[in-house]
Amino acid sequence: MNDTRLEVWLFIIQRLTAMILGPLVIIHLATMIYAIQGGLSAAEIMGRTQGSLVWGVIYGLFVVAAAAHGAIGLRQIAREALQWRGAVLNSVAVVFCLGVLCLGYRAVGGLV
Amino acid sequence: MVGEHALSESEHTASEPEKTLKVEIWRSDGEGEAGAFQAYEVPHMESQTVLDVVTYVQRKLDPSVSYRFACRVGMCGSCAMTVNGKPRWTCRSHVDDVAEDGLIQVAPLRNMPVIKDLATDMTVFFDKWKKAKAQFVPVDGDASEFANVDPDSNERKAANAGIECLGCGVCYAACDVVEWSPEYLGPAALNRAWTLVNDVRDGDPDGHLRAVATDAGCHACHSHQNCTRYCPASLNPTAAIAGLKRKVFGAVLKGRL
Repeated sequence: MNDTRLEVWLFIIQRLTAMILGPLVIIHLATMIYAIQGGLSAAEIMGRTQGSLVWGVIYGLFVVAAAAHGAIGLRQIAREALQWRGAVLNSVAVVFCLGVLCLGYRAVGGLV
Repeated sequence: MVGEHALSESEHTASEPEKTLKVEIWRSDGEGEAGAFQAYEVPHMESQTVLDVVTYVQRKLDPSVSYRFACRVGMCGSCAMTVNGKPRWTCRSHVDDVAEDGLIQVAPLRNMPVIKDLATDMTVFFDKWKKAKAQFVPVDGDASEFANVDPDSNERKAANAGIECLGCGVCYAACDVVEWSPEYLGPAALNRAWTLVNDVRDGDPDGHLRAVATDAGCHACHSHQNCTRYCPASLNPTAAIAGLKRKVFGAVLKGRL
């Protein structure tokens, strides 16, 4: 893939992941507000999420979208603010993305 | 009657002390960006423009002041400067509208090297028009036939919306992304590319898109809209850049880029 196509696809992916993250963040916040009404405990959270395909899909999608969106955004910030370019810029973004995916799926795995 | 009116106005003027305006003009200290503001006092007149003020200083007070202007009536875009922190055409900026506490501070445009005082080197600005491939590429090389252009088509309306750019550099000076990323092509070059992409007489729309789809092109825009806010011709380069993003997206999906 040439540089032009890469930049355009990164731009598109960042917009698409933002569109995915928007409703997911609202679901996440609304659930948090609802869940803490009667106090908050690990058992209550696990009782709601364990074995739930719906919560698994929601948070699984959340992790993918956040990893891609955050990595592309940080890549752009590093380009503008730190003047990073080329392989260093892309490598750091990929490492960040993989890190969020690993940590995120570890957390999702613990929940469902 | 006219004579009486003129006499009374003259008496009125003579009885009142002359109003003055405090002016600070950026003066270079040799070559490069170094320099400082120098204060002047200029007679305050009715309907006086900032360009009138700078011209007064240069002709009456300090002939070493360097600045650039040509038409004086908002047709050429040569006299753009930073007035009280905002980029403007000085010929179209009335002192009464822009003075703050009776002070006018005039500096060169941002984001361009200063040649001397208020005159900037616009070479980089215009070089970016070339990098954005912002030149017309005729479909019909020898122009042997008249082009049929539908004035009501969406493409022509989009092109018309941005076609009146004079290349004054105000949007480029107002753009924060240009300040952060010196490679960024800037609003004016991208706006020009947008008019060409929408021009049915242009033979290489994908070539224009390819030139602006780089990481220094349309995708670098943060949509702050300073270009649109300060454009003296009331153009909307932000909308043009957003249009380029959409066109580039479509071209990539169709495999043309």
